[in-house]
Amino acid sequence: MNKIYSHPRSLRDISTHYCPGCGHGLAHRLVAEVVDELDIRERVIGIAPVGCAVVAYDYWDFDCCEAAHGRALAVATAIKKVRPDNIIFTYQGDGDLAAIGTNETIHAANRGENLTVIFVNNAVYGMTGGQMAPTTLIGQKTATTLDGRRPDLHGYPLKISEMLAQLPAVKSVQRVSLHSPQEIFKTKAAIKAAFQNQINGAGFSLVEILSSCPTYWGLNPKAALDWIKDVMAKEFPLGKIK
Amino acid sequence: MPKISINREKCKGCLLCISFCPKGSLSVETKLNSKGLKPVKFKSDAECIGCVMCAVVCPDCCIEVWK
Amino acid sequence: MPKKILISGNEAIAEAAVQAGCRFYAGYPITPQNEIPAYMAQRMPQVAGVFIQAESELAAVNMVFGASAAGARAMTSSSSPGMSLKQEGISYIAGAELPAVIVNIMRGGPGLGNIAPAQSDYFQATRSGGHGDYRCIVLAPYSVPEAYTLTALAFDLADKYRLPAIILGDGILGQMMEPLEVKRIKIKNYPKPWALTGCKNRKAQVVKSFYLKEGTLEKFNLGLQQKYRRIHEKEQRCETLFLDDARIILVAYGTMARIAKSLVIDLRRQGQKIGLIRPVSLWPFPDKIFQSLSRSRKNLRFLVIEMSYGQMLEDVRLTLDGKFPVAFLGRGGGGVPTEKEIINKIKKLK
Repeated sequence: MNKIYSHPRSLRDISTHYCPGCGHGLAHRLVAEVVDELDIRERVIGIAPVGCAVVAYDYWDFDCCEAAHGRALAVATAIKKVRPDNIIFTYQGDGDLAAIGTNETIHAANRGENLTVIFVNNAVYGMTGGQMAPTTLIGQKTATTLDGRRPDLHGYPLKISEMLAQLPAVKSVQRVSLHSPQEIFKTKAAIKAAFQNQINGAGFSLVEILSSCPTYWGLNPKAALDWIKDVMAKEFPLGKIK
Repeated sequence: MPKISINREKCKGCLLCISFCPKGSLSVETKLNSKGLKPVKFKSDAECIGCVMCAVVCPDCCIEVWK
Repeated sequence: MPKKILISGNEAIAEAAVQAGCRFYAGYPITPQNEIPAYMAQRMPQVAGVFIQAESELAAVNMVFGASAAGARAMTSSSSPGMSLKQEGISYIAGAELPAVIVNIMRGGPGLGNIAPAQSDYFQATRSGGHGDYRCIVLAPYSVPEAYTLTALAFDLADKYRLPAIILGDGILGQMMEPLEVKRIKIKNYPKPWALTGCKNRKAQVVKSFYLKEGTLEKFNLGLQQKYRRIHEKEQRCETLFLDDARIILVAYGTMARIAKSLVIDLRRQGQKIGLIRPVSLWPFPDKIFQSLSRSRKNLRFLVIEMSYGQMLEDVRLTLDGKFPVAFLGRGGGGVPTEKEIINKIKKLK
């Protein structure tokens, strides 16, 4: 018998602090699998966000850097310029990339920095207790939208990926999901392509991953995946945006 | 027959693997792990086809698969 | 580069950085330091360095964080309102124990203020304007040649102690032009095993300032405090003039000290027993000279002169601990105390 599925080398075999059913566990593993398959573990430098994944560097077994909230793409820009032969990626949540960090995100994209960006969108701020995110859906109840998000008060869910796709220097933008094994395979392929782009010197490549937060959606893990499939993916359509 | 192993101490009992096993071969243990959670186990008389769906969907990388 | 050139303070700082091995600069335009990014835009590519005009001062300091984490000598510059934006980034640089050089060419404030020179960011620089119990080395040049040598020193000290070093100048220093003998700077190479280079042939490592586990942040902070004590012991710098028989000692730094120094020399010629202490390191504050005067002298008066409403004044009072009276003359909002105002104040002291 051969082992056909095993724990990736670039992921430490330890328990994580993530909630049961949290999408971060999957996204971390997929990044680790891609790093292993592309054989770039010794070249890669990952930049962690502020959010539930603030300690992502405890789980990955390669060089990592922290960044202040939202500043990951400024940090990544500099590291890539100083060490162009290393593979630099950011891993950011919806607040990090599309609220506080929007300026750094837009300008790194506009400059066409040769970076890989893993954008984990779970439509809520998990770490701080379930507040509204830029990508929270209309009607979605959160700690700061107790009666549900309203367009007249809170605006609409932000389609940052579609916005970035307008920029001429952006090479690739894909939106994928974690709501089933088939979608997880597609997510992995998108992540791999985004890393391959950097290896080829192709330019700014972003993968937006629709991910679950069972705790702050108030759903069990399976129901949370179904909510992504039935509700979230209608607002944030899956596919290749650029 | 293909088989899987489950790291019951890392398992958080999210039960996603149970939802996605095409053969219904997984179930919740009655015995708690050291975290105080009920992990998942492979049922004793069940079939494994080595489809890896359970391993793919596990957020905690608890499952390894042999074929 | 010719041996002796006429150059502005801003450009001298930029050239010193390049000579000291700075190979990463990120900045944003703000008056009166725009010559620094403009100079770097031209000069950095010449030495295969990196120049980025960032989207904001906030982005620039975070880029410096990244470049430093990757092992490069990195610098950013700004003026007062932009320095306020950088405070978060500076706190992170200090917390991650990264070396970096940050230049503040001060202007009038608060808020948008004006573009005239000021010294009203002393508190921000020396008290750690960002959050947390950290310190930056702060060096205050008072001439273009000193701006050159102190900038090189800043890179050395930042690498040696792994912390941010601030060059605190003002609009006059930044804009004025003086002859500079462009001396080659000897670069001491401090190994950076902690730098992120990709985990080839070694364990993976992390650059971070986050210590969540119980007790770990306190332990880390104790280490920082120990470092700051070492710096305080070893890196105090000041210039002193005519202290031996002085009855009144002026205390000033930067451009203000330029004015005070020439006045002290004049007044001495007229027979007045005036002296000068010019702090060059604002952090660590040159406590030793003040404390030695406290131990050895009886009748002394101090007059602190700043282009502010009294910031270094507090450090002078603190270090003298009530031993001698400390008077103050200051103008803010872009105003510069004149010789006449200083002379009148000295008269009032007597």
